[in-house]
Amino acid sequence: MSATASPAYPTTWRPPSLFGSRRRRFIFWAAVVAYVIWSVSDLNIDGNRILAGLPRALDIFARMVPPDFSRWEMLLSGMVESIQIAIASTIVGALLAIPIGLAAAANLSPRPLYFLARGFIVIGRTFHEVIIAIFFVKLFGFGPVAGLLTLAFSSAIFLGKMLAEDIENMKEGPVEAIRATGASFGQVVGYAVVPQVMVKSLGVLIYRLDANLRHSTVIGIVGAGGIGQTLSASFSRYDFDFSSAILLTIAALVALGEWFSDWARRRLR
Amino acid sequence: MKANANQRRDGGAQPKRIYPDQWERHTPRERLTQWLWLLGGAFAAVWSVSALDIEWAFFADAHEQAADLIQRMWPPRWSYLPVVVRPLIETIHIATLGTMISIVLALPVAFLAARNTTLNQGTWLLGRAILVLSRSINTVIWGLLFVAIFGPGPVAGICAVAARSVGFIAKLVAEAIEEVEAGQIEAVEATGAGTFQIYGIAILPQILPVLIGTSIYRWDINVRESSVLGFVGAGGIGLLLYASINQFAWSQVLVILIAILAIIIISEALSAYVRSRIT
Repeated sequence: MSATASPAYPTTWRPPSLFGSRRRRFIFWAAVVAYVIWSVSDLNIDGNRILAGLPRALDIFARMVPPDFSRWEMLLSGMVESIQIAIASTIVGALLAIPIGLAAAANLSPRPLYFLARGFIVIGRTFHEVIIAIFFVKLFGFGPVAGLLTLAFSSAIFLGKMLAEDIENMKEGPVEAIRATGASFGQVVGYAVVPQVMVKSLGVLIYRLDANLRHSTVIGIVGAGGIGQTLSASFSRYDFDFSSAILLTIAALVALGEWFSDWARRRLR
Repeated sequence: MKANANQRRDGGAQPKRIYPDQWERHTPRERLTQWLWLLGGAFAAVWSVSALDIEWAFFADAHEQAADLIQRMWPPRWSYLPVVVRPLIETIHIATLGTMISIVLALPVAFLAARNTTLNQGTWLLGRAILVLSRSINTVIWGLLFVAIFGPGPVAGICAVAARSVGFIAKLVAEAIEEVEAGQIEAVEATGAGTFQIYGIAILPQILPVLIGTSIYRWDINVRESSVLGFVGAGGIGLLLYASINQFAWSQVLVILIAILAIIIISEALSAYVRSRIT
């Protein structure tokens, strides 16, 4: 910045780059390209097979196009089963979530119990519902019970985690006030914790009901009941017009569930 | 209680107010609605459980089955670990490539589905329809569909992950576009910029943090999703897991589960770290 020479003003404008410098941008995109090349070659992706798939995709779509709702009774019973699994698992999960949530809240539970509950949450959350469903299918046989228990398990962990976080974020004042009256642990929970976390927990519960509805459509693939079982069967029989009917029904139901969940949570607030 | 008391004072009919001897937390009306809610919940639970035709006999020996399973699983067969490595990498590839494709596809869909950037009512409906369809079908079900198209293998998995993620990313980005600051759009508009210049220069920089954050978040969900895509033949570690379960090779299953646990926890931590750096 010398005073004598007039500064060279740029004659063109470029929007500021996200990467700070051109070099960094180049390195980023080079890394992306390198990764794509490496992964594609690593996966042995066969271009010919993808090309061969395109006409097949057209064929499948053509066969899907008038969705076949003639077997609506089967469709309906599968859907109702999925909804039942979703409702029952949300309720069972919510009941189980209460002890998990209390145990995993750092400000209420003793240290060893806290670590145990947190570890349980971390491990339980990791596995996909379908993996958990396999185990419940092994233990309880094929059918909706396995689905119910799977979703109850994963809901309990999800709701427990959210509950624990709400409890940790609540105001300490009411807890101290109730404790000062000589209240027992149960009374502290009932009069100081529950009023503070109730509304938010109900919102999370409704969200989870909606999520369970979505998950209940998929666990049928490993034999855990619901519409997923019907869908998977229709795919393996190349019964694509029935599959598309099921897919459209699932999409409608999930959209409806999402709309309901948004509406209910907005009313809660 | 308070409102009640005030009313009485206004009326002035009662000279004396009746005070309760005991503190009650809820009014009778509140208690009634609470009971009704509980009753409704119980009814829903009973209806959904009873209609499922549960074979209660299965519960009787479930604990024995569980004990048996654990016994068969332990100790994990660590010699199997080298076999697991390649499918694990494949799983991460499926998640990453699928997410990359979905970012590219999600941007135009997001612009279509946002009210302030869509062209007309028809394109808005199209955008929304893509969002709903993509989001309401689970990744695994997308996997079923793409396996039917491309045959079993990672390509079907990548397409499935991409198909499900488009809706997820586009929905959040579309919400960000709708909340974009109008001043910047006007400023760029005033320079005589075309529609796409406005999108690129006024809107894109504002939504970029959301786009990047959402994509990274979706990536770590996708690692979890692609761990089971193999169940329907769409590649990744799920294939091996499914095969091991069907062979009752439980000590092998345990090794695979531990491996899945490791990559999911690592990817979750990585995603959380990168997102905390960005925002």
